[in-house]
Amino acid sequence: MEKFTTLTGLVVPLDRPNVDTDAIIPKQFLKSIKRSGFGPNLFDEWRYLDHGEPGMDNSKRPLNPDFVLNQARYQGAQVLLGRDNFGCGSSREHAPWALEDYGFRSVIAPSFADIFYNNCFKNGILPLVLDAAIVNQLFKETEASEGYRLTVDLPNQQVTTPTGESFAFEVDEFRKYCLLNGLDDIGLTLQCVDDIKAFEEKHKARSPWLFN
Amino acid sequence: MAGKTLYDKLWDAHVVRQNDDGSCLIYIDRQLVHEVTSPQAFEGLRLAGRQPWRTDANLATPDHNVPTTDREQGIAGIVDPISKLQVETLDANCDEFGITEFKMDDVRQGIVHVVGPEQGATLPGMTVVCGDSHTSTHGALGALAHGIGTSEVEHVLATQCLIQKKSKNMLVKVNGQVDPGVTAKDIVLAIIGEIGTAGGTGYAIEFAGQAIQNLSVEGRMTVCNMAIEAGARAGMVAVDDKTIDYVKGRPYAPNESQWDAAVNAWRDLRSDADATFDTVVELNAADIQPQVTWGTSPEMVVAVGDKVPNPADEANAVKRTGMEKALAYMGLEANTPINEISVDKVFIGSCTNSRIEDMREAAKVANGNKVADSVKLALVVPGSGLVKQQAEQEGLDKIFIAAGFEWREPGCSMCLAMNADRLEPGERCASTSNRNFEGRQGQGGRTHLVSPAMAAAAAVNGHFADVREMS
Repeated sequence: MEKFTTLTGLVVPLDRPNVDTDAIIPKQFLKSIKRSGFGPNLFDEWRYLDHGEPGMDNSKRPLNPDFVLNQARYQGAQVLLGRDNFGCGSSREHAPWALEDYGFRSVIAPSFADIFYNNCFKNGILPLVLDAAIVNQLFKETEASEGYRLTVDLPNQQVTTPTGESFAFEVDEFRKYCLLNGLDDIGLTLQCVDDIKAFEEKHKARSPWLFN
Repeated sequence: MAGKTLYDKLWDAHVVRQNDDGSCLIYIDRQLVHEVTSPQAFEGLRLAGRQPWRTDANLATPDHNVPTTDREQGIAGIVDPISKLQVETLDANCDEFGITEFKMDDVRQGIVHVVGPEQGATLPGMTVVCGDSHTSTHGALGALAHGIGTSEVEHVLATQCLIQKKSKNMLVKVNGQVDPGVTAKDIVLAIIGEIGTAGGTGYAIEFAGQAIQNLSVEGRMTVCNMAIEAGARAGMVAVDDKTIDYVKGRPYAPNESQWDAAVNAWRDLRSDADATFDTVVELNAADIQPQVTWGTSPEMVVAVGDKVPNPADEANAVKRTGMEKALAYMGLEANTPINEISVDKVFIGSCTNSRIEDMREAAKVANGNKVADSVKLALVVPGSGLVKQQAEQEGLDKIFIAAGFEWREPGCSMCLAMNADRLEPGERCASTSNRNFEGRQGQGGRTHLVSPAMAAAAAVNGHFADVREMS
C-alpha cells in the first residue's frame, strides 16, 4: 500500500448526496479477478454516454460532457469533494480500487458509509470528514476558482485552503499509523499470534460447537 | 454496573485484544465466501505465502454471476467468459486452500445469505463476516454479522480476526402489531424511511418490539438484511424460542451432545433489561402500510396509498436536489399516485426475499391470477437449491408458471444484474431486492423496492396495487 503523508491536490466537486458504490464502479466491472485497472471505469455510467463493459477500449467511448470529472479544469484531480453518506451500499472494495487507480488519494465529505470508509484506509486513500458547513464552503470555493487545490496534511490532521484557512479533522490513531507508513495490517495482526491462539482455546472450551 | 446490550455481549465475547487507541482485535467464527469479492484475497494469500488460519471456519458458494437458466451444463453453461472465469477461480481457490464450497451443481448452492442460515452454518452467538454488505442478514439469529471489503476477507482468511472499533448501540423498537398483509419488508422499508439511509451509520442496530418478535426468523432476516440500507453494518434480533427451533437439526448446527449447552448459552443473547442504548427509535407497527420506494435511495419510500413526493416541499437544498435527480432518473412526476405507476418487469428474489416463506407469500397472490399482458417479464428466483426443492414439493412452481411467472434457478440474479438477468434502459421494475440505486438492476433501469406479495400484486395488475385490496 502506498504511504499517505501530505498531499496538495486539485479538487473536484461531486455535488450529490448518497453516492453509492454501484455508481462508483458498476457491477459488470466486478467480474475481474484483479485488483487494478478499474480507474477508466470509475463512475462509468455517469462518465460515458454509452454502456460500458469490461474489455472495451475506454479511450474511444463517448464522454458525457456534463459530468464533472470530464471537465477540462478538473483533469488530474486527486481530492474528491463529496456530500453526505458517500460510499453507501455494497461493500465492494473495487470502489476504492477504482478511485485510487484513477488518481484520487483523498475523499472529503460530511459523512461516509462505514464499510467504504474502512476500505479506503486499506488502499492508501484518506477519507476525511469535515462539518457540512465547511464542506459547503469548499464546494463554493472549488467551483468559483479554477485550479483550486487543497492541502491534506495527515500528520497534523489538517486541511488547508489556498488562502491558508485550515480545518482540523479526526482520524483513528491506528488507521493513521498504517496510512502514514503504508503498512499491511495482516502482518501487524500476525504479530499477535499468541493472543489469537490463547483466545481460540478459551473460545473453543466455552463454545465447542463453533469448531465443528 | 449497567446491563449489556445484545451487541455488547456479542462484542465482548469475541475480543482477542484491545489496542491503545480503542480499536480491538475481534475473533471471527464464520466467514462466508463468494466469487466476486474473494479472488483478490486468495491471490493476496498466495503472494504472501500465507495459509488460511482455519479452513473449517469458511464456507463458499458462487451466487452473483451464476445464470438462473440452463444449469444442467454447470460452469460450462455460463455464457459470459469473464463471469465464468470468476466462478472457476472460486472453485480453484477453494480446492487449493481446502475450503468447503457448494459448487454450481450442488443442490445446496445459493445466495450466501440464504445458504448460511439454511445450513446452520451461521448460528446464534457467532461473529459472521462476508465480503458482502448484506451479511447483516445473519444478525436475525442473534449473531454479530457484517459486510467487509476484500482486504478484510484476506485478513480474516489469514488471521481469523478483524481489527474493529466498536460501534454505538441503537435500538429500533417496532411496537404493537402490523396489519395483515404488512410484512417484514414493509417494516424495514418504513424504518429506513424514518431514520434515513445514513441514520444507522456508526451504529449496530438491535431490532425489537412486539412486531419484530412476531416475525418468523426468516422475516427477521429480511429486516436485518436491510440494516445496511439504513447505514448500519450490523443489525440483530435477540434469541428466542423461534430462533432455537429454527436452528435445531440443521446440518452445521451443534450436535446432540453439544445442543443443551449451546441453547443454554444462546438464551442469554438478549439485551439486559437495564442496558442502555446510545439512540432509541420507536415506530408504531399499526401505522406501517405496504411500502413502495419511488426514488434512487431506499429512504425514498412511501406507502402504496400515497403519492410521489414533491421536491418543492423539501426545505433542505441538498436533499431537494437529490429528489429532483431521483425523479428525473425514475421518469416520475411529483404527486403521481403510487398505484398508478405501471411496471415493465417484476423480480422476486435476492438475499432479502428469496426464502421459502417469501415464495409462499408471492405464490398466494399469484395463485389463480395471471401476470398482466403489459408486464414483459416476471421472474421468481429462489435463494438456494434447497429453497427451490422445497417450493417445488409444495407446488409453488406450478402456481407461478400457471400465472405466467418464470421459475428460475437460484442466485443473486436481477438484484444486481451481474448475470444475464437485467433491466434495459428505462424499464421499470417491482423488485423484492434491497437497492434502488441508479443502474443497480441494469444501466438506466428503474427499481421500486417492495415485498414479495406486493411484487406479485404488481405483476398481476401491471401497476402497483395494495395487496390487501386484492381478492
